[in-house]
Amino acid sequence: MKTPSGMPSSLAPSADHAVLRCEGLHRSLGQGEGQVHVLRGVSFAARRGEVYAMVGPSGCGKSTLLYLLGLLDVPDHGEIWIDGQLMPRDDDAARTAARGRHLGFVFQFHFLLLEFSALENVMLPMRKLGRWSLPEMQERAHALLTSVGLGGKTHRLGNQLSGGEQQRVAIARALANQPSILLADEPTGNLDVRNSAMVFDLLTGLARQNGQAIVVVTHNPELAARCDHTLPMRDGQFVT
Amino acid sequence: MSTNLRIALRFLTARRRAMVMSLACITLGVGLFVVTQATTTGFERFFIKTIVGTNGAIRIEDRIQETLRTMEAERGNDASGFVVEVKEGRKYIQGIQDPALLIEAVRRFANVAGTSEVLYGAAEIRSSFKNEAARVYGIQLEDHLQVSDLARQIVRGHLADFRQTPAGTLVGIKLAERLQLEVGDSFQLQAGGEVRRYRVSAIFETGIGEIDKDRVFLHLGEARSLLRRPTGASFIQVNVLDRDRATQDAAHMEAVLGHSASSWQERERTWLDVFRALRLSTSITVSVFTLIAGIAMYNTLALVVMEKTKDIAILRSMGYTRRDVTRIFLWQAAMVLAVGALLGCGLGAAVTYGVSLMKIRIRGIFTADHFIVAWSAWHYLSAVVISVVMVMAASLIPARRAARLEPGDVIRGTAQ
Repeated sequence: MKTPSGMPSSLAPSADHAVLRCEGLHRSLGQGEGQVHVLRGVSFAARRGEVYAMVGPSGCGKSTLLYLLGLLDVPDHGEIWIDGQLMPRDDDAARTAARGRHLGFVFQFHFLLLEFSALENVMLPMRKLGRWSLPEMQERAHALLTSVGLGGKTHRLGNQLSGGEQQRVAIARALANQPSILLADEPTGNLDVRNSAMVFDLLTGLARQNGQAIVVVTHNPELAARCDHTLPMRDGQFVT
Repeated sequence: MSTNLRIALRFLTARRRAMVMSLACITLGVGLFVVTQATTTGFERFFIKTIVGTNGAIRIEDRIQETLRTMEAERGNDASGFVVEVKEGRKYIQGIQDPALLIEAVRRFANVAGTSEVLYGAAEIRSSFKNEAARVYGIQLEDHLQVSDLARQIVRGHLADFRQTPAGTLVGIKLAERLQLEVGDSFQLQAGGEVRRYRVSAIFETGIGEIDKDRVFLHLGEARSLLRRPTGASFIQVNVLDRDRATQDAAHMEAVLGHSASSWQERERTWLDVFRALRLSTSITVSVFTLIAGIAMYNTLALVVMEKTKDIAILRSMGYTRRDVTRIFLWQAAMVLAVGALLGCGLGAAVTYGVSLMKIRIRGIFTADHFIVAWSAWHYLSAVVISVVMVMAASLIPARRAARLEPGDVIRGTAQ
């Protein structure tokens, strides 16, 4: 049995339990004759504490869906709910605020601010959210970096860290605001095998521990197999 | 420190060389603006001080008589409506008939600080060597010292000698040079058929060539005898407490006293317009540096935006708003601007001081032996305001462009 969007029914939690939900997402990229209909009415829901892997060939729409779910992009059609709240399509301020409160991102290329130390990078989202005092932020950032094994390198600048270390800082930063949803786009795509496994285990372990929903886009079938749910995509839709 | 400011501070280091160029342009723009304003204003103020110190803030002279009036032929209900319309006019009756009465009236004006009755007339001055045309000014010394800088304009001799000597005179320096007169020398003055001998008590230099080449001060009584004008005066020279109000006071005096009254601003309008035009043109010229600073800042920030698109996207993904991004870039411009303005003010002050020590000989409209500068906070404030407007306006474009970046597009690698 499948959902109308083609999603397996077992992976479609009810709206009551889903921390992240979308329905009928459509997205086209490009303009004129070069326009491509990347997503074709995708629906999806994710629960807290579970890890979802989106897999599929390049160009099938995985990353596009991830950016839509992360409110980094706006769908042409369809709706997204976070923690039961409908995300407005045309209110950039509300979407930005929701990103800060509910979402954490890990990207393939780390995207650390290289002029800042590891500790400062982790503190950046907390500073914007304004939930904690400065000592609390410092303590929290230190604890997060320690949990990803970088407790001794908190004051190193971004460009003084290796690729694997940078990605671990990115994970700590994604967890900084205690988001309910963690979105990761090829988080191990730029790392060697040993670092890949370590980063993936860290990501999923910490998120599960904190009861966060994790959505990972990956090409790595081994990593996908270690997730709670695997969502294969093709031509802008989920397939069985 | 705000988070946006903290991020801006770190981003500044991304394009250090370009930022230093922008900083240098701002510093030069502010510094040169200050220097040009200080020198042009300095000379202008000195000119004003010279002319007010020589000819007074207000001069009251000829009596005004209204001559022609528009007249209705008849009034009332049966009026024919016939009107004789003529261009209304004035007649000026030369001189002041009763100077004491007029001075008493003038002293009632709140802004008046001093008055001096002056009688003048043409004369021929004869020394042992040659004859020259001269203008004789009869004054009461103590009164005239209250309305002029005559005491400070004495370059040779002493006012005390003039005060004590009925036949003593004060001679303009150029006239003295032409006639080879020195303090203590005697000479003759001829006016009408009257020839009298006088002695040089002191030589003065106003700096205004036209005055220094023909003016001779005598005691008022002596001037009356020489010029055969036992009563009346040519004009009343008035000093005021607030010289910027001289124009309004002169207009008021003219209306109340029925004598023409001209302020220093009115008398020296041509030169004042020249100074104003000079100050404006130099301001425009040096503002080009500030304009270049604005363009440099635009260019630098545009480069930083291009380099930092991914950083902007990641900040946006963390919850930083478009306004935060705009502020981060405007903070960068503001920081460079603040440092540049500060350095520019320092540079301006240092160069202004250096210029003030430079020797330059100026004679004609005033006398100066070195560059004259004016120290005014307004020059610094104007320079800073101009640079703030230009640089911040130029910075707004790249800052807003950065804020418009869509994080999804950037991360996907399709940012335009």
